[in-house]
Amino acid sequence: MTTASPHTNGRAQNAHRRAMIWSLVLILAGAMIAPLSGYVYVAYAQDEAAWETNPRAETWRDVREGEGGYTSASGPYVTNNLIQNGGENWRNLRNGPVAGIVPWFMAISLLLIGGFHAIHGRNRIDQPLSGKKLLRWRPWERVLHWFTAITFIILAITGLSLLFGRAVLIPLMGHAGFAVWADFSKLLHNFIGPVFTAGVLVMIIAWVRYNIPDKVDLDWFRKAGGMGKQHASAGRMNGGEKAWFWFIAIAGGAVCITGLVLDFPGFGQDRGAMQLANLIHAVVGIAWVALAFGHIYIGTAGTEGAFEGMATGYVSEEWAAEHHDLWLEELRKENRIERPPSQTSPGPITGGATRPGSS
Amino acid sequence: MARMKFLCDVERCIECNACVTACKNENEVPWGVNRRRVITLDDGEPGEKSVSVACMHCTDAPCAAVCPVDCFYTTTDGLVLHDKDLCIGCGYCFYACPFGAPQFPEESAFSQRGKMDKCTFCAGGPEDDNTDAEYEKYGANRIAEGKLPACAEMCSTKALLAGDGELVADIYLKRVMQRSGRPDTWGWQKAYGAGV
Ligand code: SF4
Ligand code: SF4
Repeated sequence: MTTASPHTNGRAQNAHRRAMIWSLVLILAGAMIAPLSGYVYVAYAQDEAAWETNPRAETWRDVREGEGGYTSASGPYVTNNLIQNGGENWRNLRNGPVAGIVPWFMAISLLLIGGFHAIHGRNRIDQPLSGKKLLRWRPWERVLHWFTAITFIILAITGLSLLFGRAVLIPLMGHAGFAVWADFSKLLHNFIGPVFTAGVLVMIIAWVRYNIPDKVDLDWFRKAGGMGKQHASAGRMNGGEKAWFWFIAIAGGAVCITGLVLDFPGFGQDRGAMQLANLIHAVVGIAWVALAFGHIYIGTAGTEGAFEGMATGYVSEEWAAEHHDLWLEELRKENRIERPPSQTSPGPITGGATRPGSS
Repeated sequence: MARMKFLCDVERCIECNACVTACKNENEVPWGVNRRRVITLDDGEPGEKSVSVACMHCTDAPCAAVCPVDCFYTTTDGLVLHDKDLCIGCGYCFYACPFGAPQFPEESAFSQRGKMDKCTFCAGGPEDDNTDAEYEKYGANRIAEGKLPACAEMCSTKALLAGDGELVADIYLKRVMQRSGRPDTWGWQKAYGAGV
């Protein structure tokens, strides 16, 4: 067809050009759209992906997250999970912040007490002593106090030995020597703990009615417990004693409960529970020890006449007037003052407010 | 110096518990104490996997870090052993161990824990090698006799590998390449740190 007219030839060229342009447009559009189809596929395939994930990867992820399986082994310490991650956290918290910071509670407490005593000195009874005494703590109350006090001290010493012995005592006693002491400490701590807990519980029940906070306590705290110029009034328990009571009831209660969780491992508590219990027990327990330093100081060297009260049960009337004036007033009004036996037999010594045997 | 490691090939373990039985027999482990156990994941479901696990003899062992009497020591083979004469049975190592390895016989009232017992890699304890005293407290000392742990030797499918970590890894990698799967050095990262 080499003889084709120029006219027809031009038409064929036109058609060819049009075809080329269109196919170019198509290719360009296709090139732009085709990749987008991927999204369509993904959107469609995602429904299936929910069950088509790699089961292996999932198994090991679950294992790393502490998921358990089935084991035919049996025994009190057999666990069915392959990896527990809490242990490493517990290790780092216990050996790090807890062991590093908590001893400072005790050190700061001792420093404050020492500083206070150096500056302020002993809180003395202002009035001259007349020798008249009255009952403040009944025998059962003193037994309760000294029972929890002595067991508390044993628990504090043994507990601190278990937490800090490795750092402090092993260099002094050697490994074998400390192991003997640690074994004994563990035994004492585990057996005395529950008995102490029972004592704390009885104490809370017996004394809670004297420890309900009221407005007088606010005033007592505002006057810093009478350490300044002003006299601070108080009933049978002053604001400070009430604060100590509620610390024992709440924080001490937490120490006792976490202690029981650790002491009796056979009640289905898992390692996570025991790790947490151990941290709370250590931190709050040592805070308790730190505050007990303050309590011991105030009850002995810090306040003239206070120790006598818990040791013999009787306090001097001047001490009562100074530290618990509202209580003394109430006793007088209700005629409930009890004198020691030596002051009751020959006859009335006081202003006649009490008769022997009245209670 | 060899660095001893355990590796359980989960594609091979069939939960036959031969390792557990071998361990109990070799070491006369008391009732209720399990130095090694087999855990089956997704038991009875598709993709079920079994793993035999005991003390992994960790590099930076958490048990040793928390022990209040500091009774753990690491041997030149990288084995984490402990001294039962020092142990007070406080249970802290059990709280800390990622693999649930430490076990305790219940010895007295109120489920007080006895002295901790765990896998020794069949390497006994601090007593003189293969004495009665060592056997009574820690079980066999096969390592001193030039043998490997009984569990791995007895494994019916050779899933459980024990020995120098590099050799173990070599054997395992060869297997993985042959079956063209993905390697899964189960628990190694937890026990021996990153980069293994
Ligand atoms: S596996 Fe457990 S018991 Fe063994 S070394 Fe590691 S932390 Fe200690
Ligand atoms: S149970 Fe024994 S080995 Fe374990 S942390 Fe306590 S003292 Fe150490």
